[in-house]
This record gives sequence, C-alpha cells and structure tokens, in this order.
Amino acid sequence: MAHTEQEILDGLGEIVDEIAGVSASEVTPEKSFVDDLDIDSLSMVEIAVAAQDKFGVEIPDDQLKDLKTVQDVINFIQK
Amino acid sequence: MGAMNTTEVVVTGLGATTPLGGDVAGTWSALLEGRSGIATIQEDWVEDLPVHFAGQIAQEPSEVLPRQRLRRLDRTQQFALISAKEAWEDAGAPEVDPARLGAVVSSGIGGILTILEQYDTFRERGWKRVSPFTVPMLMPNGPAAAVSLEYSARAGAHAPVSACASSAEALADAVDMIRRGRADVVIAGGVEAAIHPLNLASFASMRALSTRNDDPQGASRPWDTQRDGFVMSEGAGMVVLESAEHAAARGARVYAAAAGVGYSNDAHDIVLPDPEGAGQAQAIRALLADSGLAPAEIAHVNAHATSTPAGDVAETVALRAALGDSAADRVAVTSTKSMTGHLLGGAGAVESIATILALHEGRIPPTINIEELDPGVQVDIVRDKPRDMPADAVAAVNESFGFGGHNVAVAFRRV
Repeated sequence: MAHTEQEILDGLGEIVDEIAGVSASEVTPEKSFVDDLDIDSLSMVEIAVAAQDKFGVEIPDDQLKDLKTVQDVINFIQK
Repeated sequence: MGAMNTTEVVVTGLGATTPLGGDVAGTWSALLEGRSGIATIQEDWVEDLPVHFAGQIAQEPSEVLPRQRLRRLDRTQQFALISAKEAWEDAGAPEVDPARLGAVVSSGIGGILTILEQYDTFRERGWKRVSPFTVPMLMPNGPAAAVSLEYSARAGAHAPVSACASSAEALADAVDMIRRGRADVVIAGGVEAAIHPLNLASFASMRALSTRNDDPQGASRPWDTQRDGFVMSEGAGMVVLESAEHAAARGARVYAAAAGVGYSNDAHDIVLPDPEGAGQAQAIRALLADSGLAPAEIAHVNAHATSTPAGDVAETVALRAALGDSAADRVAVTSTKSMTGHLLGGAGAVESIATILALHEGRIPPTINIEELDPGVQVDIVRDKPRDMPADAVAAVNESFGFGGHNVAVAFRRV
C-alpha cells in the first residue's frame, strides 16, 4: 500500500523522536540526519529497521549510506 | 602519610543508587536506621525459582534519565551515570584538565541483562532486530566508558573485574592511578544490574543464595547462626578521588583520606574462601604496609560478610590474625549487606561509602538480623543499633572478596 509523503514524514518524525530523542517537529524534509539532527550511524541503522517495520519497505545497507536527508528517505520509501 | 608513597589521595565526592535509596543521603539514613532494602520480586518468573526476593533499586533510572538515553545504555551504565553525577556534583563539579581526569568503574558481571534480552530478540525476530547498541551495552568496560564519555575523562578509563571485589579494586586502582601521577582526579566505583531469572538460578544452583522466602527482610543475616546464603541486589556506588594537593588548591570539602590499599588472592578454590583466611589476612597486612597505619589505628571494618555459612566466620578469623589480638579486641565490625543485600560488583564501592561516612559522621551502621551470634565470630560486631565511632578513631577499612579468590581492602583515614 502506497503512503503519502505526509504520512511518511509523520511516521519518520515519530521514529526519530523515539530512537534519537529529537522532537518530531524538527524532522522536516530538507534536514540532514547527521548534520542537522545529530543522528549517529548506529541510530540510523535503528531508524532504517523501524522504517521498514512501519512502511514495509526494506532499506539495504548499501543504499542507507546514500540517504542523507529526510527527503531522501521519503523518496526511497515512495519509490 | 603513607609509608611508601608521598602522594596523598582524598575523597571529595560520594554518589550511590541502592535498594535503600536513590542517593547517598537516602542510603545512609536507612543504614543508620537499620532498615532492610530487600523485598519480594513482583514478577511471575519467580515461581520457577527457589528464591523469590532480591534487593531491587529504590529509584528506577527512568525517573531520572531521558528515554532516548535509557534505550542505548545497559542498566549497569544507567546506574553508573546516575551515581557518578551525584558524586561529581557532591565534589563541587571540579574544574580539571580532561587529560588529568580518570574513570575506574567496575561491574562484576557486565551488561548481562542486555545479553539476555538481545538473545531473546535474536531468537524471536532475527538478527536485524538486534539493537546496534548491543555491543557497547554488554561490554564489561561499558560503565567505565560511559562515565569517561560523560565527564571527558581522558587520563584513562579502566574496569578491573574481580567478581564481588570488583569495585573495591576499582577504588584501589584509582588510588594508585593518582599516586603514580597519571591523574589528579578519578571518578571511581562499581555497579551491578543482574536481577534476572537466569542469574538467580545460577547463584541458587550453587546453593549460594538465601531461600528465606517467608521473610525477605530477615534473609541477609551475616554472622547469625541461621544464615543460609546471600541476597542478590543491584545498584552502584561512586566516589571522586583526588590528590590532596588538587583538592586543597580548589578548597574542596574532604570526607577522608584514601590511606592505602591491599590486594591478595587465596589461590585456594575457584569459589570457596580459604577457611584459614590466609589470603584475606595477607590483604590486610598489605594494606597496613601500604597505608602506614598501625593495627591499633583501625577503629572500624566494614566487612565483606555476605550471610553465607562458609565466608562470614572465616573473615573474622583472618581479621584477628592480621590485626593481632590487641587491635582485634577493639575493632568495631559491621556488615551493611544485612540491609543492602549483596550488590556484587557494586558492593565494594557502596560499602566504602558507608565506611567513609562512618568516619566522617562518627556513626557506625549496625548489622541487623542477628538473633544468635555464631560462636565462631572472632571480633566485636556492631549489631542491632548504630554505634558512635570512638572520638580518637584514626582509620576504617572496607574489605571485599570475590569468587576467584580475590581479596581487596581499602583504608580510609580521618583528615
């Protein structure tokens, strides 16, 4: 089932809040996970697994490293 | 002054989280009141075990640490950070060059709750659901590393492991770290967080635990004739140790001097203590030599005494042998494990704090639950009620022993 961009953004906000303690309102499309949200590589692994559970889309390790911004993840999930 | 070494080390901060309280003040007042921190475990799994009680922490870490920090810290690391924060603030949050600040923080077992939980996750949901923080959470140096990271302690972070002597060894190693000139200030202590059915089953299987299920608060009864094993507890103790020079320069409040340390190993049996107490006596003699203290100057000993049939009396035999009859006749001995239970890797640090406060406050906490004193006991036990420390008391000692034959003693002297 396809998810709207807003649904994915809201879902990512919840995940990032839960895993990294960053408020969901901070999670906007242009933000970089590492540079803007201060999320480290191990937390990105957790976020990818949680996103897979929530949206049913697997993010392989070799593609995870290319997903720099919140918009990158939204695009990947919608693809 | 120490006999061999000219660098004086002092205690400037204390922190603890125990079954008796979420901080030092709560723990200390309960110890003086003679209150037990042991309670029945409210979990269904206790029905599968011969032991239904433990010393569970009085204040859960979730009450003080934010959620996103909790999920990437093992419970040992949570306890370590909570007690380190209290000790650090109690010391006045000293300004110190990070290259001159160390951390020596032990756990007897390490992050075993993480190991067991993540193994359950692995079996039920596969490798991808195993937390990527599993390794930094389970590693036995995790508490030392977490404290080092929190306070930018760059002089070195160490985690000596010697079972139930681990955190006494941490304090002893921290004293040496300052004496050797490797650091001016060291955050030192230890922690255990291992209340889980497997761990209770493991200690119960070796018949080490009390099974007094109808009276959990009476279960830890060191030196009582009816003692039947120790009570497993969780928690942490942490102290700030500092060179006397550094403490004086910043006008720090000093609780006591860390006057000396003594180490030995029984090399007798992997778990049973040497009934002759030769190794324990050797550790006390080493402590006397290292600290320059005379036996008669040891006014008080916070004993290891865990409430096991094998260990409690042998310890008093060793004390008498090491101190000699004249000093052994006068020393006031207690076991605060009668109230806290046995914090395993946290025991030496929590009991050192009790020893330091006994000197500083002039009150010795009692040993509770002694109905009939074992006739083999060779020293004077402070029982039932606290006792005033003699006004002319010079020093007090914490003894900690661990499976593996480890014996560690740390002496504190009034300043």
